[in-house]
Amino acid sequence: MASDTDIQQLEAAALKDLDAASDIAALEEWRVGYLGRKGRLTGLLRGLSSLSIEERRTVGRAANELKERLEEAHEARRHAVEEARVEQVIVGERRDVTLPGPPLPRGRLHPITQTMRDIVASLSGMGFQVAEGPEIEWDRYNFEALRIPQDHPARDMWDTLWIDYEKDGRRPMLMRTHTSPNQIRVMEQREPPIRIIVPGKCYRFEATDATHEWMLTQVEGLAVDEGISLADLKGTLAEFARQMFGRDRKVGFRCDYFPFVEPGMECRIDCFICRGDGCRTCHHSGWIEILGAGMVHPEILANAGYDPERYTGFAFGMGVERIAMLRYGVDDIRHFYSNDLRFLRQF
Amino acid sequence: MRVPLRWLSEYVDLVLDPEELARRLTTAGVEVGEIISAGDWQNIVVGEVVKLDKHPNADRLTLPTVDIGGGEQRQVVCGAPNIAVGQKIAYAAVGARLIDGHSGEPTVLRKAKIRGVESQGMVCSEKELGLGEAHEGILVLSPEAPTGAPLADVLGDTVFDFDLTPNRPDLFSMLGIAREVAALTGQKVRDPSIQYEEKGAAAKGRAKVSIADPDLCPRYVGAIIDDVKIGPSPDWMQERLTAAGLRPINNIVDITNYVMLETGQPLHAFDYDRLAKHHIIVRRAEAGEKMELIDGSKHTLTNEMLLIADAERSVAVAGVMGGFDSEVTKETKTVLLEAANFNGPNIRRTSQALKVRTDASTRFEKGLSQHLPPIAAARAVKLMVEHAGGRAAKGVIDVHPGKAKEGRVTVTMERLVRVLGMEPSTARVREILTALGFGARWMPPDRFVVRVPYWRTDVSIADDVIEEIARIEGYDQLPTSQLRGEIPELVPQPRRDLRERVRDALADAGMQEIITYSLTDLESLQKVLPKEELAVAPPLRVSNPLSRQWEYARTTLRHALLDTLASNLRGDQSLISLFEMACVYLPREDDLPDEVEMAFGVVSGREPDRWGRPTGEPAGFYAAKSRLDHVFSALRMTADYREAKESAYLPGRTAEVFVGGDRVGLIGEVHPQVVERFDIGREVAMFEVNLDALLPHVSEIVHFQPVSPYPAVEEDLAIVVGEDVPAGRVLELIRASNLVANVSVFDVYSGDPIAAGKKSLAFAISYQAEGKTLSDAEVAKERGRIVERLQRELDAELRA
Ligand SMILES: [Zn+2]
Repeated sequence: MASDTDIQQLEAAALKDLDAASDIAALEEWRVGYLGRKGRLTGLLRGLSSLSIEERRTVGRAANELKERLEEAHEARRHAVEEARVEQVIVGERRDVTLPGPPLPRGRLHPITQTMRDIVASLSGMGFQVAEGPEIEWDRYNFEALRIPQDHPARDMWDTLWIDYEKDGRRPMLMRTHTSPNQIRVMEQREPPIRIIVPGKCYRFEATDATHEWMLTQVEGLAVDEGISLADLKGTLAEFARQMFGRDRKVGFRCDYFPFVEPGMECRIDCFICRGDGCRTCHHSGWIEILGAGMVHPEILANAGYDPERYTGFAFGMGVERIAMLRYGVDDIRHFYSNDLRFLRQF
Repeated sequence: MRVPLRWLSEYVDLVLDPEELARRLTTAGVEVGEIISAGDWQNIVVGEVVKLDKHPNADRLTLPTVDIGGGEQRQVVCGAPNIAVGQKIAYAAVGARLIDGHSGEPTVLRKAKIRGVESQGMVCSEKELGLGEAHEGILVLSPEAPTGAPLADVLGDTVFDFDLTPNRPDLFSMLGIAREVAALTGQKVRDPSIQYEEKGAAAKGRAKVSIADPDLCPRYVGAIIDDVKIGPSPDWMQERLTAAGLRPINNIVDITNYVMLETGQPLHAFDYDRLAKHHIIVRRAEAGEKMELIDGSKHTLTNEMLLIADAERSVAVAGVMGGFDSEVTKETKTVLLEAANFNGPNIRRTSQALKVRTDASTRFEKGLSQHLPPIAAARAVKLMVEHAGGRAAKGVIDVHPGKAKEGRVTVTMERLVRVLGMEPSTARVREILTALGFGARWMPPDRFVVRVPYWRTDVSIADDVIEEIARIEGYDQLPTSQLRGEIPELVPQPRRDLRERVRDALADAGMQEIITYSLTDLESLQKVLPKEELAVAPPLRVSNPLSRQWEYARTTLRHALLDTLASNLRGDQSLISLFEMACVYLPREDDLPDEVEMAFGVVSGREPDRWGRPTGEPAGFYAAKSRLDHVFSALRMTADYREAKESAYLPGRTAEVFVGGDRVGLIGEVHPQVVERFDIGREVAMFEVNLDALLPHVSEIVHFQPVSPYPAVEEDLAIVVGEDVPAGRVLELIRASNLVANVSVFDVYSGDPIAAGKKSLAFAISYQAEGKTLSDAEVAKERGRIVERLQRELDAELRA
């Protein structure tokens, strides 16, 4: 049977235990033990049922007042414990904020992949879609369909690695020397308007040095439609060059020759070192070449079954390694495929 | 093509300074690759070798004493074998700026002792003066060079070294360059004189020219010069040839070379008296016919090759090189001069087959004009009359069976606008074309009829003419615009999309991307592939590999990853994880190979501790697997791993990887024998995934599942099974329950108190029902069913 004495005893015990609870877990245990649904105070109130209504009211009021007092005491104690905890951290368990956290593994993409993605992103923004083609190609696509027949001196512009496969006394299969053959493949399959870029690996029979690699990565672009002119080509390349190298770059063009374009041109940006005055890096020209381009030769359009009087187009091609070297200031192209982690992890 | 500017100025006035001129030419498509200038030749003068002593300490060195004018002499140390007393040489005093003969870098000459003897300056080679590549001997100057004069006064000329494009054979000549300079600077070209007196008998009747194969030789001009006196050519000619990079030989040969450089037309001089019956026959070679060339090389010919023969034997490989038996010698009295036109592709094929490339063949192969031979012949005869004491025969023999029509091209203003995006004035078009030697006739209302000058064999359509206008006007002067018009419909690129997602996921998993060469050697493939496989499906071979190292198109990337790993080991246990995305090339019968898109990865080393030091567990199978699973998770795929045996992989630690029932790859620890072949010296785990096999299982779109509002019940379950029961099998059976929302393994244990041959597996299971909260009883019932299934299928027991 509950009485005032019981309440007083309970209060004394509760406050004593509360004093002893020195951390959050003990406080919680205390709260459940005294104030919880199955706690001692609830148990005490349950015992009221055997009392008279008058007694019940008196004891009940006292019990409720006790509950409030205990809750207050708990709150105060809890606050004190938290304060003490913070105090303890500051004094004895503070973190040295200059120490590192445990390492998380960090993987990086190859600088050529990164550069390639930037190139593709820039050109995608101008409506060019990626179209990929095979790395091992037929002579027909790599040369002949691009107006570079057998025994044409322009073949010297692309020294070729030939696959050891003979048919009718000729070697018709090769490691593609540029991604241009995919221009032809796409034009065979689609009708204008065409706006594609062809990224991929290419191969040359070429001795390696600081600026030459036998394996290289190219991005080729092609746009064919009614009303495309050299002015559009210049505009597209200038915008691309500024996106890649900075809006303040000067972009220039000079005449150049590729058998599959007419007129042909080279796109260049002002020299990084001398900014156009002429220095060793730019061979005193003030310019750095970044890519070759031109208007698609009418014969190539005609061969694709397009009317060259109605449609015009432009094509351009660039070496991703060269773009990466210029952007990152890499002085030797051979770094890219030697895969030294001390090099790769810089990007 | 090297063009000394002093020589060039004979044909056109050079009104711009060399750098500006080079810029204009380059911008117009005539690229000046290098400007070789007289250089900063301060402190370099003409010296005369007056005495030559032996070096006391070195046999190969000499001690020349050089008179440098003004009564002064200097003793220097010299290593050149060609130095001799009496020579005029280039003497560099201390402080002169030179090119280092070995490194090719600019340097300043310092006082130096060489093998114990002080050198008071230096005698220079061509290379040291920046004039060329020759460095074996010193540069010997003309005997007339005044001792003590600054070298710049004697040799000072700026040379343009052009990087020319193969479509412009006309530019491989002084006159061709002069025409470009004239058009770009508003000057006029001065053609060299071809007038001479014909004092000899008529050429016709003294020699006969027959062209048996007019398809390969459209024109042959023969001129005869009598009573020539063979000797050195004049100094000015020798100097020009030297400056242009050719070696002077004798007056007749020098004149043929000089006129070739001047006009672009290769010439050949035969000794008239050594031509049997004075009969020139231009014909295809007999198969197997043999020939010795002027350079002493011997060749066996095929019937694709064109020959110049006399009545008895071959005397030259047409357009490539003359024969040994008919060349001009000291005894030659009468010269038969050949100026011919040959088929370009045929000359190119012959020159490549014989591996003989000459100044002649590189010009012929590009397709020269048929109008050029008589002009060049006349010019050469004139010079032979003047400088070899010859008498020119009357007339020439000119056989011309394959006359080409004069080129005419119609260019409409509509086309000009269509290609250039602007309309130039007709006056400007006419001005540019006229300056380049074209004839431009305006046909109202809208077109030009353009006559193409004979030397421009590259111009045949309207767009060719349009390029002429654009390049002389300057591309930078033309308008610029952005693409308009319709953007083509999107063509999906699922293969590329998958590749890029996998690439990102692998980098996300902490792996470093590498890119290695697509070609390799057989040894590398043999290290990682079984011999039988290579024998049954040999990789594609490159017939002209750059090196044996890069001979075969790879059918795997295993070797590449292991090689790269090996080359990056730095003697510690640091974790290295690499991946590469690339094609392998699987040969197919009479077709291009199948280019299969692959992802390869390797992991090796110890996992880092809290401080990043490699002190943790050595990365093995599970380290590779977590990375690969990271990829599948990124792709929202689930992969099954089934234990397998594979060559190059360690049995017992290798699995095949399946997605949606298709085998998509392999994963495992690399076999210790293979690891050893790559000199790696520590455990390596590897995986390889065929992206083309994975492609059909990519689902583009995620379908949203509502999150259940009812709480899940989490429970642990520990069972004991036979040691060789795969956890995956147990998981599969637990997942078969449709109240199991999730299950994962969290412990594997064998040893006391588990019976031998058994292991304990612990699983965290989360039960959930659709549409309600599960009661304890329902969970207990389902658990019972699962345990029963495990007992039945796997002989499993609940762990006590
Ligand atoms: Zn510069």
